[in-house]
Amino acid sequence: MVTDKLTATHQLQEELTKSSGKAGFMPVHEIGLALQYLEEKGIPNAKHEDYKYCNIEAVLRKEFKTLSGKEIDADVTAIKKKYFLEGAYNIYVVNGKLLVNASETPERSDLLSIGGAPAEMLKKHLTKYAPANSDVLIALNTAYADRGMFLHITSVVEKPIAIHHINSAEGNLFFNTRNLIIVEKNAQVNITEFYHPADAKSFNNTVTEIFVGEHAHCNHTLIQDAGDKNYSVNATKVYQETYSNYTNMCFTFSGALVRNNLNTAIDGPFAEAHLWGLFVTNGTQLVDNHTLVDHLKPNCQSNELYKGIANGRSTAVFNGQIFVEKDAQKTNAYQSSKNILLSNDATVNAKPELEIYANDVKCSHGTSTGKVDENALFYLKARGIGEENARKLLLHAFAHEVISQVKNDRVKEKVSALFEQSLLS
Amino acid sequence: MLLIKNLKAEINGKEILKGINLEVKAGEVHAIMGPNGSGKSTLSAVLAGREDYDVTDGEVSFNNKDLLELAAEDRAREGLFLAFQYPVEIPGVSNVNFLRTALNEIRAYRKQPAIEAKDFLALIKEKQKLVELDGKLANRSVNEGFSGGEKKRNEIFQMAVLEPKLAILDETDSGLDIDALRIVAAGVNKLKSKDNATIVITHYQRLLDYIVPDFVHILYNGKIVKSGGKELALELEENGYDEIKKKYDTAAV
Repeated sequence: MVTDKLTATHQLQEELTKSSGKAGFMPVHEIGLALQYLEEKGIPNAKHEDYKYCNIEAVLRKEFKTLSGKEIDADVTAIKKKYFLEGAYNIYVVNGKLLVNASETPERSDLLSIGGAPAEMLKKHLTKYAPANSDVLIALNTAYADRGMFLHITSVVEKPIAIHHINSAEGNLFFNTRNLIIVEKNAQVNITEFYHPADAKSFNNTVTEIFVGEHAHCNHTLIQDAGDKNYSVNATKVYQETYSNYTNMCFTFSGALVRNNLNTAIDGPFAEAHLWGLFVTNGTQLVDNHTLVDHLKPNCQSNELYKGIANGRSTAVFNGQIFVEKDAQKTNAYQSSKNILLSNDATVNAKPELEIYANDVKCSHGTSTGKVDENALFYLKARGIGEENARKLLLHAFAHEVISQVKNDRVKEKVSALFEQSLLS
Repeated sequence: MLLIKNLKAEINGKEILKGINLEVKAGEVHAIMGPNGSGKSTLSAVLAGREDYDVTDGEVSFNNKDLLELAAEDRAREGLFLAFQYPVEIPGVSNVNFLRTALNEIRAYRKQPAIEAKDFLALIKEKQKLVELDGKLANRSVNEGFSGGEKKRNEIFQMAVLEPKLAILDETDSGLDIDALRIVAAGVNKLKSKDNATIVITHYQRLLDYIVPDFVHILYNGKIVKSGGKELALELEENGYDEIKKKYDTAAV
């Protein structure tokens, strides 16, 4: 068994060694540690508790046994025309690589490819929030990442930032992308990352480390709509200092496989984290959201609401961990996951996990999965609203609780439109 | 307008309606009274098209159409309106959006164009006054956080906007204080015309002081056991349901 596992891992490593570019931003000893961890654990399959429903090994064996093809230069004009978000700083990233010339650098900020990031920044932050030995996919990323973006926010950025991720390639490729976002003390930023649909078949293994300094605010929205040829594992690892505020909104509308590993370590008192999620799964999609809120210091709060609608033969997973460490007295931590099954063949696995080591805390969690409320449906129909519209109204209402939290109106419009579209597929 | 013949219905194999006969003509107000468990709410649910009940016998025609053949939404589009005993809270769906969707679906069914936004707003404003519904409630989510009285007023407000041919008020008086009762009744009375009809389902005579019926029917044990004019309600008020129970329990066994 062990040899099997490593066969798949070694095969991928061989392929990645051939296809990955040279990059000097990752310290050699980190790469060493990562390779060692990879060798120990192997690419996860259903036997790995953390990837129980998300068999990466099987996907690799089936879809990415060999990596072939090439990256294609993107038509920047066309991309801009299609995706430009009014009133925002627009940043374009193709196959994980920042298009420096096409992108706008936000005021008083630095925007660079990760390879060009200042050495002292990399030294201070890189791998600190996403250590290689915390997850096999992170280890893989640490060992092979050859692209990514560095965004350094040093003050209050008024306009929102829109980051457009586009895949442009032929064949089937595997990208390891490493991003670093630093929101310095007292700075504020609103970032939306769009994962736009792509024709290219690819596996995107992305790690984004985010530092949110004292009194800093980071509002971070992910809109995942990369299409049914895209497989992705997205690790977002956040580190928060005193009085900081990190909000993550994660919308997932398409993607053959989408695995999100979202962690925030709240490591200063009086900090807040808000995690919102909404996913709609169709066909044979697999969407797996793993979140972890780690309360390390006292007087902090976290709030989490994930909602999902599962259709077709799709599978959705929500695994929400909250750790309240011994020092984290006076913690308020809430978590809720609510799901609607639209078909008998769809599955939702929802699992809250609370581990509390402090004694003076307020924590709660809840999860529910069911069908559309039949009483509400009848009420709407009894007023003359047809079955289909009545269902749609109720699903919109269900999603509204999350969508209404999007701060920027233009982003909210996009999310609403994508939600609408995902109900039709 | 509505003709019910020998209607029998059951839920989970238990027969609740055991042969209802009733005719309602345009311009009439009928009251259906009866003790708890007599089948009052089942009757309204079956007429409105709730699928939990199985109709085992009988027929119902509404405007010369076979009502039982129609889906719930088509019954509403044909002009049937049920004011719910327990209006459902629907978080996230605004009252106004819900009503406009309903009205436009009804209009589309009748091959009428969708209502213009400004005409709809004017209509809403006018009808709100009728049931003294706070304008703020119209913009809130359907029934969410409404008091009992507000929910019932919201039902009558919806009825006013949708202008049904036949309205069935299912225990609209339950849980209402006297002021709310008066407002709801006044709303219903203002909506009355020679072209529409109302069925008032109630346990108590109280509501009938305000909505005066042309006919009163007593429903007991799944059947209409007695019909008469409005004086029948007063009689019931005086004697209670015991006399009815005594008289018909033996017959039922």
